[in-house]
Amino acid sequence: MPSGAKTPRPWDRSPATDVQPLSLQLFFSFFKTLVGKEVVVELKNGARSSLGRARPADLAIRGTLHSVDQFLNVKLLQVTVDDRENFPHMQSVKTCFIRGSVIKYVQLPASEVDTELLQDATRREMAQQKQN
Amino acid sequence: MPSSGANVDVMALNLTGTASLAEELDKKLMVVLRDGRKIIGTLRTFDQFSNVVLEHALERVIVGKRFADVPLGLYVIRGENVVLLGQIDDDKERETTEGLLERVGVDEILELKQEREEDDRLRAGVSRALRKPTEWDD
Repeated sequence: MPSGAKTPRPWDRSPATDVQPLSLQLFFSFFKTLVGKEVVVELKNGARSSLGRARPADLAIRGTLHSVDQFLNVKLLQVTVDDRENFPHMQSVKTCFIRGSVIKYVQLPASEVDTELLQDATRREMAQQKQN
Repeated sequence: MPSSGANVDVMALNLTGTASLAEELDKKLMVVLRDGRKIIGTLRTFDQFSNVVLEHALERVIVGKRFADVPLGLYVIRGENVVLLGQIDDDKERETTEGLLERVGVDEILELKQEREEDDRLRAGVSRALRKPTEWDD
């Protein structure tokens, strides 16, 4: 807080302390280890439909993971879209921030993931959760 | 990063590796919404719910290879509708708007959009009729 300030402005207050559940914190930490690696994020933006109807394709964005936050929002650099015909507006975008709630899949390079470490971390987290 | 006049350094609030829209403040962004709309404007503010305020906003309506920009002014977008926020690269944008796509008038694009939507509805109706009915189909 700057000295001499009277009423705290919205941007002066500390960020909302909505702490995410432990399981999400694990994913947050996991994604942090992938910063700098190339990933493909597939979104949930195609229209949901009932069985038997043709569906428009979901947007899949390839880029370098720049950062992630507690809500699993991601920021990607050097983005490219494989299906450029259906998404011409993405041509002018090189950096983007993707809201966590719209992400369906994140495709990761297998070589960058130590599955044993991940399993150990999961077991530890679950053990901690049981204690709480 | 020059101070925007607020008496706190916005950049200092970020922890390394934490995704934040603070770096996009005062930049020209394209916001893609859940309903498929693309709103372009200057990011003036945001919050933890991804609610954003865009200044000098416009909606870029694209139908096939044609597009038009509908001016909107000052826009507040509720975060739950946001899919992504992309930083517009001016050179790439020029390539897109002048090379890839053809700019038309607002009235024309809105007409084209309606025609396309009617077309899609007809197509969906026909494919539904052609499909074999299953017990859980409506």
